[in-house]
Amino acid sequence: MDMNPQEEALVKHLADMEEDEALEIAKRMLLEEGADPLRVLELCRTAMDVVGKRFEEGEYFLPELVLAGEMLDTIGAIAKPLIKQDEGGASKKLGKVLIGTVHGDLHDIGKNIVTFMLDINGFEVKDIGVDVPVATFIDEIKAYEPDVVGLSGFLTLAFDSMKETIAAFEAAGMRSDFKVMIGGGQIDETVRAYTGADAFGVNAVEAVGLCKSWTGAAA
Amino acid sequence: MTIHDLARGDAKVAYDARRQRLLDCIALKQPDRMPVALYGTFWLAKYGGITCKELMYDYEKTAAVAARAVEEFEPDAIAPFVQVTAAGKSLEAIGFKQLQWPGHGVGDNQPFQYLDREYMKADEYDDFLFDPTGYYLRTYLPRVASAFEGFEDLPIFPGLHYFRLVAGIRPFAKPSVRAALEKVIAAAEEVDRFVGHAVAFNEDMARKGWPLINGAIAVSPYDFIADYFRGATGMMKDLFRHKDKLLALLDKASDFLTRQTIATAKLSGQEIVMIPIHWAPDAFMSGKQFETFWWPPFRKMMMGMIDAGLVPMPLWEADCTKRLEIIRDIPAGKCIYWFERTDMVKAFEVLGDVVALRGNLSPSLMTTGKPEEVDAAVKHLVDNVWAKGGKLILDGAFGLADETPVENVRAMFDAARRYAG
Repeated sequence: MDMNPQEEALVKHLADMEEDEALEIAKRMLLEEGADPLRVLELCRTAMDVVGKRFEEGEYFLPELVLAGEMLDTIGAIAKPLIKQDEGGASKKLGKVLIGTVHGDLHDIGKNIVTFMLDINGFEVKDIGVDVPVATFIDEIKAYEPDVVGLSGFLTLAFDSMKETIAAFEAAGMRSDFKVMIGGGQIDETVRAYTGADAFGVNAVEAVGLCKSWTGAAA
Repeated sequence: MTIHDLARGDAKVAYDARRQRLLDCIALKQPDRMPVALYGTFWLAKYGGITCKELMYDYEKTAAVAARAVEEFEPDAIAPFVQVTAAGKSLEAIGFKQLQWPGHGVGDNQPFQYLDREYMKADEYDDFLFDPTGYYLRTYLPRVASAFEGFEDLPIFPGLHYFRLVAGIRPFAKPSVRAALEKVIAAAEEVDRFVGHAVAFNEDMARKGWPLINGAIAVSPYDFIADYFRGATGMMKDLFRHKDKLLALLDKASDFLTRQTIATAKLSGQEIVMIPIHWAPDAFMSGKQFETFWWPPFRKMMMGMIDAGLVPMPLWEADCTKRLEIIRDIPAGKCIYWFERTDMVKAFEVLGDVVALRGNLSPSLMTTGKPEEVDAAVKHLVDNVWAKGGKLILDGAFGLADETPVENVRAMFDAARRYAG
């Protein structure tokens, strides 16, 4: 993307976790200079590509993903009301992902980070919360028609909850309609095989990579 | 008389032999066989055929189930089982808000779960740093436990003097403070019963020949602030937004946690202190962040504990492979490092001449695998760690996962005895 020096500075400060500097430029562009809000959000996505790359390369870790999410939320809250109705058509999404923590488990930190990373990578994500009963997954899937279903769980009891949930997808005749990925602190290949999921991921970037590969988007 | 002197006759001989295996491992000497620990929380409910709620609420039933498990598997060291499970009545009495437990937010057959929230606001660092006790009394305690609601009205103590001191205690006459004090006293009476049952279990087991694997349980300074004050995402943002104040609070917490841990451990009569570690894993922060924020205050705390004659036993959760070279910087023969998902062979290669090791049969294997797979996993650890001189205390990755079938526990103990004495 071609960028002027100010735009380059915004991307650099966002990617380098320099929050004060990044927000100052974003506010100036949006509130004083009348910059196109869609352009500013596009710059944010460019910066997030750099953040994701640094995460994959082992330079960045969870704290950087969390701060990046905060910076994007702040800029988004300023930019979105400035978008004119006729410009506001939703950009083409890569695919739809439904995500939730399986029944019996209340943990959500990992799920929330996966949701954020999928969102900024161009997926439409519906997060249906924690301790989600099997029947709720089924109802939500019927209504939302996702390409990928993400099951999250931190406790060892989640192994059986995931297995039951995926078995219920089979019983409802919908298992082949979407891919299933699982993730959480204790998840490994043994658990993937036990639950019947298509794949597991150990972090949010892996989840993005799985969804991209399944929806045909270049990883 | 200490808890180590309670057993008599054959039980005393057995107790001393088992305890000596732990002490030998810690001192990096060769024990007569590989010790195996029996540690679990809600696994006991599955084992005993009782609900998670009964495990948390029925002191006698929990002690009986735990004693039965100990007698069945004959471990070398055991969890303080009642202490780590039967807190239900105490949690209820204190109105504890940071957990959901059976009957309080989760079903009767589900384990308790911690609620990750922001219990301290980002702009409260100065208050906490200036007067930790005042911050606890008037701000933190009412937030995390309803029995303390009313403590907000307590006087500010530093500065009270002479006639100002006399007038200054007037808030104790307020209905809000009186009600809170009554609730706290009632809660403390329940906690007293709980601890009485926990101590009675530990002493009963000691009389029968079974030493504990730990007494007190402590926390690292970083995890203390991240888990119980700022919350996961709050803490991660503070690394950038409030770096200097966070470093100051980590240093201060290191000092007061060391003092408190030493006092609690002396009361328990056990030198080994378990320290569950949540925020050290490779994926959670960079090496530079780990060496800046996480490790220095924890190392200082461990050194204080070692100087006081204690044995720190951090349970390094998840995968901490990238931390091994850093956490090696501790005096040899003074600690047990318990690893959850770090490859134990790699941990042995880096740390084998510095610390005893504990763990780490994987939860997925233990809950979904077959006994012969458990046997093979134990043999792998024996062949590649124990037989090569590693001072390994065999256990599950964080004790026994709640859903572990009894036959897999049996396989773990049988394999340990078959391959390592």
